[in-house]
Amino acid sequence: MEKVLMKGNEAIGAAAIKAGCRYFFGYPITPQNEVPEYMAKELPKHGGVFLQAESEVAAINMVYGAAGAGARVMTSSSSPGLALKQEGLTYIAACELPCLVVNVVRGGPGLGGIQPAQSDYYQATRGGGNGDYKLIVLAPASLQELTDMVQEAFDLADYYRNPVMVLADGMIGQMMEPVAFGEIPQRTLPEKNWATTGTDGDRVPNVINSLFLAPEELEALNIRLQAKYQTIKANETRCEIYQLEDAEIVFTAYGTTARIVKNAIKVLKAEGIKAGLIRPMTLWPFPEAAYQALPETVKCILSVEMSCGQMVDDVRLAVESKVPVAFYGRSGGMIPTVDDIVAEAKQLLGR
Amino acid sequence: MADGRRIHIITGHYGSGKTEFSVNYALKLAEKCERVAIIDLDIVNPYFRSREKRQLLASKGIEVIGSSLADQNSADMPAVSSRAAAPLQDKTCQVVIDLGGDAVGAKILARYRPYFTEEACDVFCIVNANRPETQDVKGVLMQIKAIEDISGLKVTGLVNNTHMLRETTLSDIKKGNRLVRDVSWILEIPVVYTCIQSTLMHQCLDVSMHTMLEMGIDTKIMPMQMHFREDWM
Repeated sequence: MEKVLMKGNEAIGAAAIKAGCRYFFGYPITPQNEVPEYMAKELPKHGGVFLQAESEVAAINMVYGAAGAGARVMTSSSSPGLALKQEGLTYIAACELPCLVVNVVRGGPGLGGIQPAQSDYYQATRGGGNGDYKLIVLAPASLQELTDMVQEAFDLADYYRNPVMVLADGMIGQMMEPVAFGEIPQRTLPEKNWATTGTDGDRVPNVINSLFLAPEELEALNIRLQAKYQTIKANETRCEIYQLEDAEIVFTAYGTTARIVKNAIKVLKAEGIKAGLIRPMTLWPFPEAAYQALPETVKCILSVEMSCGQMVDDVRLAVESKVPVAFYGRSGGMIPTVDDIVAEAKQLLGR
Repeated sequence: MADGRRIHIITGHYGSGKTEFSVNYALKLAEKCERVAIIDLDIVNPYFRSREKRQLLASKGIEVIGSSLADQNSADMPAVSSRAAAPLQDKTCQVVIDLGGDAVGAKILARYRPYFTEEACDVFCIVNANRPETQDVKGVLMQIKAIEDISGLKVTGLVNNTHMLRETTLSDIKKGNRLVRDVSWILEIPVVYTCIQSTLMHQCLDVSMHTMLEMGIDTKIMPMQMHFREDWM
């Protein structure tokens, strides 16, 4: 298949259009600006609509509306922008509407900076909005994976009637890599018979609503949502297992950081230290089982993140104290180096 | 390598490799010329800008002019330093101007228009035939026209920088060569450089100059170090 050289943010736009996305609502923020820029230029050519909203809050509510009407729709933003979108996201999750939300993460807290970070893990997996809801969170580590995940995200969203987030750090958004737009696995998607498309006078109107004043009704919604989340957990959990066999130390990292870790593993190997990697590709559902099937040789796990320690919480829960779990991270837009990671691993192993 | 011209404007499509070329070009100029400056006028990109390589460039005696905001390597504010005019006025200085991509990135040239006389100034358009929008002649011509219209300058040379990062093969370079040849023929602008990653150079030497000519490459070769590509990228 023919490859082209693309920037991550462009690849997000191109993949979304290929997947049939025809509506984009957003508001500019670095380092994801090339996504709206690309969509503004390309969507009209495909009969779609690009609209720059007056704010992130407006943009996510436009997504809410379009998703309610059954459209393939997305928004993208970066960290503080996502913070603003949380109210809309919990409404969308409560109403079980499919859409794609992309977060090209930058350093925080607050306005932070514009360099890459992974400090929105909690925001993405715990729900920055209120209530018991979950987003399906995909974490690409290369532009090819980003391209595939963005395309598949729309099907996942439709299949489960659930918002899907692609969590990409700023480096994935800004770097360039060869990508090919291949066919993604096809799912048989349910008909959107819940969408508010007009009744033509011959059916009961569909209502998109997340307000349930009767506690019995609201609890029934929660029970239904939780059952759906269990199904997603069972079917959609993904991770990459890399050189785990005989490993003394197992790294765990996602996105850009996982790439750096792989180089650190090479360096350690050259020095006679066996190391492996568990790379979650879905952050929710989190690939717990991978941490429960560790080889006997493993002395410790090191979670490496561009944050002050967020995913490490899920790692600890998954490991159930069977082996010690340590953390190494850089924040604020600083990127861990191979040397830093190697040194940290050696110190943990007492080498 | 400068044909007597001392200001070298590096323009082209977004993501075509302008910054990587600019840094490699400035380093090459510094091997021969005493005074070299690189002016980073990229007001488009937040990452991968030549000012990030200040340390490397300064170690070779190259002056780096970026944002007017001191040490703001990582701000996305279009704050161009007033220092940018100094090397443009200094007739003993070789200047590389690294622009942001597309016409929008070339817009800033208007501010310095009086310095860009035909005798003093190269305008190199970087072309990567693996970028979706510059895969064919039509796409490249559109880019060049948009850049020329907004800057009021004519492109004086084409640079074939066709690559696929670590997956680059000689056939990528060959493909790009065909494209820039066609554009060169239509616009009557010379192809001034063919960029080849230094990791591929040994292959080129193996295949000898004869094969390079068979591939239709008779331009000067610019060996490219990937300064902006960490090992894990």
